Parts: sequence; structure tokens; C-alpha cells
Amino acid sequence: MTAATGALGERGSAMEFAAAWARRNAWILSLLGLLVLLLAFTRIIQPNYGIAGVQGLAISVLPLALAAVAQAIVVIAGGIDLSVGSMMALTSVVSASLMEGQSEEFAVVVVIGVLLLGLVLGAINGTLVVVTRVPDIVVTLAMLFVWAGAALLVLRTPGGESASWLRGLVLGSLGNEWIPKSAVVLVVIVAAIWLPLRRSRLGLSLYAIGSNPLAAFRSGVPVGRTKIAAYMLTGLFSALAGISLTASTGIGTPVPGPYTLQSVAAVVLGGVSLAGGRGGVFGAIVAVVILQLIRTDMTFLKFNTNLATVAQGIILIGVVMIGSLVQIRRSRS
Amino acid sequence: MTAVARPRAGTLVRDVRNAFRDRPIIPLVVLLGVLVVFSELARPGIVSPDWAGVILRAAIPLAILAGCQTLTMLTGGIDLSVGAVASMSGFVVATLVGGPGLAAGIIVALIAAALAGLVTGVGVGVFRVHPLIMTLGMSLVVLGLANVWQLEMVQTAAGVPAIFRTVGSGLFLDIVPYSLLVFVPVAALILLGLRRTGYGRLLYAIGDNPIAARLSGAKAWQVLVVLYVVSAVLAAIAGFLYSGLTNVASVTLADTAVLPSVAAAVVGGTSIMGGRGGFGGTIVGALILTVVSSLLSSLGYPEAVRQILFGAIIVAVAAAYTRVTGEA
Repeated sequence: MTAATGALGERGSAMEFAAAWARRNAWILSLLGLLVLLLAFTRIIQPNYGIAGVQGLAISVLPLALAAVAQAIVVIAGGIDLSVGSMMALTSVVSASLMEGQSEEFAVVVVIGVLLLGLVLGAINGTLVVVTRVPDIVVTLAMLFVWAGAALLVLRTPGGESASWLRGLVLGSLGNEWIPKSAVVLVVIVAAIWLPLRRSRLGLSLYAIGSNPLAAFRSGVPVGRTKIAAYMLTGLFSALAGISLTASTGIGTPVPGPYTLQSVAAVVLGGVSLAGGRGGVFGAIVAVVILQLIRTDMTFLKFNTNLATVAQGIILIGVVMIGSLVQIRRSRS
Repeated sequence: MTAVARPRAGTLVRDVRNAFRDRPIIPLVVLLGVLVVFSELARPGIVSPDWAGVILRAAIPLAILAGCQTLTMLTGGIDLSVGAVASMSGFVVATLVGGPGLAAGIIVALIAAALAGLVTGVGVGVFRVHPLIMTLGMSLVVLGLANVWQLEMVQTAAGVPAIFRTVGSGLFLDIVPYSLLVFVPVAALILLGLRRTGYGRLLYAIGDNPIAARLSGAKAWQVLVVLYVVSAVLAAIAGFLYSGLTNVASVTLADTAVLPSVAAAVVGGTSIMGGRGGFGGTIVGALILTVVSSLLSSLGYPEAVRQILFGAIIVAVAAAYTRVTGEA
């Protein structure tokens, strides 16, 4: 009986499965569609856009994408981390100043140490949020000052240097010249850390505390510890983003760039709900590429670069507005 | 003996807690006094009428910006666009004062700020965009437009008008800052507005329990639209004072004041979750932060240490409030 229905329903269920998958991932699919349209558009307005353009895009996207992943993880767990940009600045200056004048081998130690530093920074953020029970926004806003100040203590002015193997890791292409190394690095990092994590118990717990902390608590999820773990992962990815900044620019800059803001924008555009518990890091990465491509296109179109800032703000607001309109309508019906 | 003593100690702690919760301004004023005494101990002779004037002049625009945060935080929101709006307003006046004149400049700046606030308010109130995102987005829009304006007006830039410099940084009889002329009416308006008017109570109601507020007939979207317009206009006034205080007109002038403004409101006892706080505490909070930063710079600490300490103060004070109000 069951076997027969199974065989009969095979084709139907496969179709249904595909349809359900498409529906569940409608947001990411439309983002990918938008990305393809944008690439086509870029090619039309700038027929020379090719290998060099893709290379530049991938290099500028790498730190931003890692920052977006960092933000996405903590937002999924129901928090928000406004100190991502400062943690990037701190880890970037620490790595750049430690690598200055040192051997290539020592740089490996530095990279590992800075990644551990990222975990520690995140652990401090998370512990403060959990122990003080002060809203995430306030704590991380305060830590934004603290980490930025610490970065200034390490290096007053941009300086330091990057080991050449680290620079070689992100600059240039791998095999086919259409495949920039920095894109490969991004894929490898995310695949090595996020994918196994998402399937693990901790990954499920992250989503659980994000969507309903009380229900998660009652089903035996250690809410506090999971939240700290989420902040530690955010610290780890911020450190990766900081190291990638050092690698791609060759120096460390103590003043935080606009990365926190852009990471929040990318997370929202990437379909991660700010209320927590929804979305994934893939959408956020696609969103980063889209935002960066829009900026490139605006320079090709000889727009005033300041209008690009305006456009970014409008896109950010517009995306969230559409998202909340959809939600309002859904809750009414 | 201990059995008798213990409940007494308990009631004392509870009394202190209750006092802290109901009247946060008293411990804050005590903290401010301690900081002033500490400044005098650390640098003997520093506390003088001159010093007080310097502190007041720096604290006043910060307190106005923190007023924007207080009002929006009462409804559970936040206004991170105050820096961009304040800088833009000061800059617009500086570019227009040479041509169309001071009055026209001020009016244009206020209208531009109010428009930005209107858009923010519609986004937050009608489209229910999270205020954090909405105001961050608006600050990008305002900054970008101000930059475009800067390129347009580069020839006609006349600099900060003299009256702004007088009001922003001048002292009456070498002691009393003229900026009090602006601040006292603004502060009175905010304080009375929050305490005595129905609109003020609506802000608390929406922040405390939005559903209850809606069921009792409050139109949240109208309240929020007005709120963000008021916040932007206040930010514009603070921007005028900042440009007068520093004698600089730049499109990023007040950006560094955004986070301290949030800090001042948080230190002053306003909850970012909404429904609790007031402007009185915020004023003291702005004074505390200004005294701390002046103390640190007079001791020769670098900017970095000041930032770290600011962050630590925010977390510590916010944690103290949460402990007192959440558990007691």
C-alpha cells in the first residue's frame, strides 16, 4: 500500500518538493535573478567589463561578505552586533602590526592568533549581553567604542604590513582567470565553517533561540550559552574579515570603515529577518555582491558618487519596507 | 542579632533600589558631583567658572541630540540619523548665509531637516520599518544629498555665520554660555511636553505597551510621524550650535556625536526598550559624559582611552539599570 502510493506519488512529490523548495527560497532565487540582471546590465553599459572587473569586484566583496556573514549569524540568533566594523579594525591592525618585518612562517601563527582573538572579542560581547541582560543593541554599541579605541591604541595611523603569502591568497586568480582567488577563499571559508555548523546541534540551537527563546529554553536549549556561541562566531568571522582587509590592502587601518552599516544592510537585503530565527548566510553574501555591483554601475554611468550613497540608503530602506509590507499583509490575511 | 539586622539591611537596599528606579536623577547628580570632585583632585585648580562654561558649551548640543534619542527611545525606537541631519543643517546655513541670508538659510535647513524626519516617520510609523534601519538608511540619504549640495555650492560657501559663533561658543560676562538661550527653551519644551501633555504620555504609552496603546485609541503612526519630525528639527538646532561651537561647517561635523548622544540617553536612565526615562536624566547624562571626556583629555589620555571608557560606562550603567528595574 505505502510502496504503491510512494511509487505513484514519486513524480508528483518531486515536483512538489521542487516547488516547495522554490517557495521556501523565493527570496534568494529572486536575489540571484536580480544579480544576473545586474551583471547583464553592467555588461551592456560597459562592454569592457570583464576579467579585471570581476577580479576587482571579488576583492572588494571579500571583507564585506565576511562581515555580512558575521552579522547574519548573530541576527539569526536573535541579536545584532554593531561592533562588527570595530572588531574588523582591531583584528586588522593587530595582524598588520604583528606581521610587520616578520617571517612568512610567523605570519601563520599571527593569523591563528588573530582568529582566536576574534573568538575572544565575540565571547566578551556575548557574555556581556547574556550576563547584564542589557539589550544587544546597547551592549554592542558600547563595545563599538571599546574595540575602536583598542584599535587606535594598537596603531595610531594606518601601517604595518601583510605577509606575502596572505596577499597572494586573495589577489589574483586560481586556474581559470575568471575565478578570482578571493571568491574561492570566501566559498572555502563559508563551506568549512558555516555548512557543518548549520547541520549541527549548535546550528539548530542558533535558529531556535532566534525564533523563540522561551520555547528553545523549554525544549532544553541552553539559551545563554548558545547566544555567547553566536557572538563568538560573529567575532570569528569579523576577525576573518579584518585579516582579509589587511591581506587585500597590505596594511592595517585603525579607523573602522562603514562595514557595520553595510553588513546590516546586506543581512536585511539577504532575507535574514531582524527579528531572528530566519534566513541564512548565503542570501547575505549575494546581497553584498548586489550592493557592490550597484555601486560599480553607478560609477560606470558617471553618476555623482555621492548619489551612490543616497541610492544605498534608499535601497536599504526600500528593501526593509517591502519586507515589512509583505509581513503586514500576511498577518492580516 | 544578625537575624534582626539582615532584614534591615534588606530594606535599606530595597529603599536605595526604589529610589534609583523611581528617581534615577538623584544618583546621577551624585555621580556627576563625584566626577567633578575627582576632576578637582586629579588636576587641582581645574574646576572654575571658566571650566564650567567650557563643559556647558560642549554639553548643550550633545544634550539636545540626546533629547532626540530620549524621545525616540521612549517609543522603543532610536534615531541614528541625528548626526547626518545636524551636520547637514549647519552646513546648509553656512552655504546660504552669504547669498540669500541667515533667515533664509535657517528656514531652508529646518525645512530640509523636517522633510528628512517626515520620511523617517512615515517609514517607521506607516511602513513599520525598524527605526534602527530606517534612521541608518536616512543618514546615508541625507549625507549623500548634503555632499551633492556641497559640490553645487562650493563657490558660494561663506562659512559659519557670526551669530552662530556667538551663540554656540560665546560667553555672557565670560561665564554664562549664550547657548543656554537656545537650550533652556528647548529643554523646557521637551520636559513639559513629556510630563504635561497628552502627546508626551502617548510616547510613553506606545513604548510601554503598543497593543494597549492601540486598544485605548492611540494612533501610533501619527504619533511616530510627528515624533521623528520633532527629532529631526531638534537635531537641526543642535547642528546650528555645533557649527557655532567649532566654527566648522562640514557635512560630517556631528557624526561623532551620534553614539555619545545614545550614551547620554542610556546613562540618563532612558530604556532603549521604551516606556521608561525622561529628559531630566538625559541632561545629567550629557553633563557626565562631557565631564568624563574633559577629565580624560586634561589628564593627557589619548582619544582611544576615552572611547574605551565611554563604552565601559554605557555597559556598566545600562547593566545597573537593568538590574534595578528588572529584578526589584
